[in-house]
Amino acid sequence: MSEMIATRDAYGKALVELGRENSRVVALDADLSGSTKTAMFGKEFPERFFNAGIAEANMVGMAAGLAAGGMIPFASTFAVFAAGRAFEQIRQSLAYPKLNVKVVATHGGITVGEDGGSHQSVEDLAIMRALPNMTVLCPADGPETAAAIRAAAAYHGPVYIRLGRSKVPVVFEGGCDFAIGRGATLRDGSDLTFITTGLMTAQALDAAKILEEGNVSARVVHLGSIKPLDVDLVLKAARETGAVVTAEEHSVVGGLGGAVCEVLSEGYPVPVERVGLRDVFGQSGTAEELLAHYGLTAGHLVEAAERVLQKKK
Amino acid sequence: MLNEDAVLDLEATARQLRVEILKMLNSARSGHTGGSLSAIDVMTVLYFHQMRHDPSNPRWEDRDRFVLSKGHAAPALYACLAEAGYFSRDDLKTLRRLGSHLQGHPDMNKTPGVDVCTGSLGQGLSQAVGLAMALRLSGKSSRVYTLLGDGEVQEGQVWEAAMAAAHFKLDNLCAILDMNGLQIDGEVAKVMNVGPLGPKFLGFNWHVLEVDGHDIQAIARALDDAERTEGQPTMIIARTIKGKGVPFFEHKASYHGVPPSDEELSQALEHLGHS
Repeated sequence: MSEMIATRDAYGKALVELGRENSRVVALDADLSGSTKTAMFGKEFPERFFNAGIAEANMVGMAAGLAAGGMIPFASTFAVFAAGRAFEQIRQSLAYPKLNVKVVATHGGITVGEDGGSHQSVEDLAIMRALPNMTVLCPADGPETAAAIRAAAAYHGPVYIRLGRSKVPVVFEGGCDFAIGRGATLRDGSDLTFITTGLMTAQALDAAKILEEGNVSARVVHLGSIKPLDVDLVLKAARETGAVVTAEEHSVVGGLGGAVCEVLSEGYPVPVERVGLRDVFGQSGTAEELLAHYGLTAGHLVEAAERVLQKKK
Repeated sequence: MLNEDAVLDLEATARQLRVEILKMLNSARSGHTGGSLSAIDVMTVLYFHQMRHDPSNPRWEDRDRFVLSKGHAAPALYACLAEAGYFSRDDLKTLRRLGSHLQGHPDMNKTPGVDVCTGSLGQGLSQAVGLAMALRLSGKSSRVYTLLGDGEVQEGQVWEAAMAAAHFKLDNLCAILDMNGLQIDGEVAKVMNVGPLGPKFLGFNWHVLEVDGHDIQAIARALDDAERTEGQPTMIIARTIKGKGVPFFEHKASYHGVPPSDEELSQALEHLGHS
């Protein structure tokens, strides 16, 4: 059993470390600092922490101004409010001017759980991915989150980083050598490839083990960087395994599945199954119940693999 | 307090900038005339009297910052920047043309002297608040000025930013509201009444001043007052006339986003004593 760490906890710690190393790192929040974990930064660097109150649009605008004044702002709220409520502010005040702001959106996906569909972001990756100049990251676990936060700070430009609420298994046990735009092959295989992001990567590794018992060899490619996408790694997987199953805690419309299909249909068409929410909103329930209800478990990935292998023949 | 000669000089500059605005809008065949003309006296005082800036070094770290929140008044900003020497006056003819560094709305990555991208109304004050925070954190004495329209304050984000500016006690921030009373669809008071504005900003704990936005001396005095104010941001409500300076454009909402025709241009230039 691997260690369980919530990506938002890893973010809080990484942000404090960055704050110690670089006095230009500042943090903003919109009254959710205890949940997003920016409160850890605020406690250590009160003069560099700005709580915007329940005013996400203004938070993003302030972050833009701070970046224009030479700071490296990390602005956090729940994904549904960041990509939703403050979308146009992110577009006009951050992405269009290419300002050096990191929007770290926590509580992404349906595993927010009991708060229900109003608080579950199933479309944020699609929205953010459509913005020119925007980099979109979705780490799998705690270590990758820490590495992604560090990479985002070192990169000059707007970045959207999607994190979760619940604890997730550690996938990168030996640490993570993260680079924006680069994916990671976590398991080799020859019959099909799972291309996954966020917490679905852990499910894909479990699914690959189950398939192995049935003599099916599944590769697992994790894409912590949704944009830019590691096009070479995706095409290589398609060429070498001939079938792809994408999996994301997000709608199948416009997110990882959409991005991978765009690459494959232009570059090397192979059969694809997309695992994700089938163009529906979520609902209340525990994280585990919701993953099961919406078909996002290792078992569902095994079924998707069997379907894609049928299409391959 | 400006001496009489300084006032006359600034008035002459504002008149010249009106000419530039009308010529560039006529050349572009599109753009926002009324709100550029209403704002130009305030912007003349800012760029040619109040602000510390260096046209030979647009990214000078100790400069004061200007955020044109009502970004559609870009022609007024471009006229000031060209006059100050950030780029050639000839460039003004390229306004809104493909490949030009003078976009329809201000773009910090294309135009020397532009500090932020604006155009989507309601976002400028938030950015000005962030800039003021950054300057304070950096230990700089630079000030941030931002110009908003009175239609613009219908956007809720303006009030979020107003709250934040007072909460963070940003006395290095001065906002000026170009209150010309008109927006695209007509009178601000009829489309969605934003008044009374002074008491609203007072209620948000701002230092509030009201001036005639075409009175150079009054504008300069208000900006001085703002600079001396400690512990709170200042809002200068400038009463202005949309289309000011060209009689047939004045007080007309229909000229919000319409450039002068060739005939209108020659009449306007004649009126401004520039034929």
